[in-house]
Amino acid sequence: MFENVRGAFLIGGLLFFALSVAVMGWLPSLMVAQVKVETVEEISQTVIPEFEELAERYPEQFQMHFGVPGPESFAEALRLGRDTYIAEACWHCHSQFVRPVSNEAQRYGPVSLAAEYQNELNYPPLFGTRRVGPDLSREAGVRSNDWHAAHFFDPPSVVPTSVMPAFPWFFDENKKPNKKGLAVITYVQWLGSWIDPTGQIRRPVEAAGGQ
Amino acid sequence: MTELSNDKPFVSHWLVKAHLVAGFVWFLTAISAGMLFAFQFHQAYPLAGLEFFSPGRVRMVHTQLVAYGFIANCFVAGLYWAVPRLTGVRVASERFLGRTILYVWNLLVLATVLMILAGHAQAVEWGETPVVLDPLFLLGLVLAVIQFGTPLFKCRDKSQYVSMWYFTGALAWTGLVYFMGNFFPQYWVPGTGGAALIGLYIHDLVGLFVTPLGWGLMYYFVPILLKKPVWSHALSLVGFWGLAFFYPLNGVHHFLYSPIPMYAQYGAVASTIAVEIVVTTVIVNFFATLRGRGDHLRHNLPIRWFYVGMIFYFITCLQCAFQVTLTFQKIIHFTDWVVGHSHLVMFGVFGFWIFGMIQYLWPRVTNNEWYSRRESEWSFWLMTTGIIIMFLALVMGGLVQGFLWSDLAPFERSITASIPFWMSRAVAGILIIGGAIIMAHNMWMTARGRKGVAGATAA
Repeated sequence: MFENVRGAFLIGGLLFFALSVAVMGWLPSLMVAQVKVETVEEISQTVIPEFEELAERYPEQFQMHFGVPGPESFAEALRLGRDTYIAEACWHCHSQFVRPVSNEAQRYGPVSLAAEYQNELNYPPLFGTRRVGPDLSREAGVRSNDWHAAHFFDPPSVVPTSVMPAFPWFFDENKKPNKKGLAVITYVQWLGSWIDPTGQIRRPVEAAGGQ
Repeated sequence: MTELSNDKPFVSHWLVKAHLVAGFVWFLTAISAGMLFAFQFHQAYPLAGLEFFSPGRVRMVHTQLVAYGFIANCFVAGLYWAVPRLTGVRVASERFLGRTILYVWNLLVLATVLMILAGHAQAVEWGETPVVLDPLFLLGLVLAVIQFGTPLFKCRDKSQYVSMWYFTGALAWTGLVYFMGNFFPQYWVPGTGGAALIGLYIHDLVGLFVTPLGWGLMYYFVPILLKKPVWSHALSLVGFWGLAFFYPLNGVHHFLYSPIPMYAQYGAVASTIAVEIVVTTVIVNFFATLRGRGDHLRHNLPIRWFYVGMIFYFITCLQCAFQVTLTFQKIIHFTDWVVGHSHLVMFGVFGFWIFGMIQYLWPRVTNNEWYSRRESEWSFWLMTTGIIIMFLALVMGGLVQGFLWSDLAPFERSITASIPFWMSRAVAGILIIGGAIIMAHNMWMTARGRKGVAGATAA
């Protein structure tokens, strides 16, 4: 059994693999299963102020691409923003979780909780494994929309030593953010918007019953 | 189909050659993509401003091509060579399945590249294959299981050689791993549960697809080249079953200190260290096999590629036993240390084994002697120097980054401090590409039947 193809297939190939998925994948997902998985429509009920500010800052573009700021347009911007974030592999250089070590709570903000990731925008989660740039899971409101627009257009113009690529295709011919640009700024400004000014992680903690 | 009917009854040389060529072409593309991406770290990206060649997208092309273009094709070539010889049974179908797998798989790889560049990547690390292609890749893997599973399961020997266990394990695992990693986090399991599955996927792709095929081929080629059996069958058993049990449990170690439940993180750390112990037994077994045949390292090029790869394997695994601990993770997680580690594994180990295989197989499938021994030597030394520089530069740079972060230095400080290390990495990349181009030239001239000046060829 241990020296032939059948044993390798049944015990190694199937049994041990199933065991690993059960213990290392299925069980961890069960441990957050009591936290409701929010849809984008539920998330977008709380429109972040930065999204409304984008409508004032770039009225023409905002009107053309998203109409008026509100839960519906916010949901659309979040979805497109996340898709853009994935298409450009932002998550390969910017992680999305804060660890309880290496002074990360001082640098970024509260340590991440499992419940924060129980929503539709985490299929799959964008944890990331490398930080060429800083973590973004506490980015909401840290910098202005203008900063982000300038930074996406030409990163070294705001951070001279930056090695981030420029994304000119996020902008129209007048160098104003286009639909992708507005959406990706919205998505980044949303990351961590559920943390209140005192540093408490608000929404997921309620949902999780104090997990 | 004249090219399929030759004097070797068991093996289609044409299929071996076709997969080696496809794999090598993808290899050249993959390292070019990596090199291109390296320019971004000096704000000197040659194609800046072009959406289709955005650096982030090119980075995903680099990793995807290494796994599914380079390694998959070359290992399938190895399977076409080794499986019928080990089992005494032909693969399921050379003409139909063989050609279907070859063409469909490589078209899918090409489609992956184009779609990632067009902005349709999936957010699974090392599984960025667009979601619409995932079911097709899965189908390709099923076809490969039929193709190679047929001879493996038809072989009726009571106890079978260790390579066959590894191949069987890899065939069973690869499709399952692909399904788990590309489908569950995308559609059914969000958040930390999905992240745990992605961790498993990242690691299983190395541990349950690449590693077992690699070791299976080593267990096949090394005794043939050294003309003696593997030192200890008992250690072979420990190696295989240790890998089969512990390796699948490792994956969560990619997300230590994340919100994934700590029991899973502790479990991943413990089983990772267990894997390193198992690995040591395999390394001992192979180096004991080499005893008394040390001169082969000098004149037998495939053996040299294989054993240098094994030394790198031992280094990465030893490194892993330390870096996986929570103590090391505080500093080195998220840094270039890990990037250095993964380059040493994928290129220094599995890439080297594939080059050794090419060194052995290419003259046999083209029916020509190697064009130039000197060019083979140049490829070996350029690539060896390159990967050592790359590994050291990234590991050291990673430590600098990690300590600067933990010291709460401004983030940009970790960028400026990294520049010399990234520069060394780029130089290492140039050496590797140089070695690869020389190897491509050597293969091309060999296939055309040219004979170089320093013609003597080994093995």
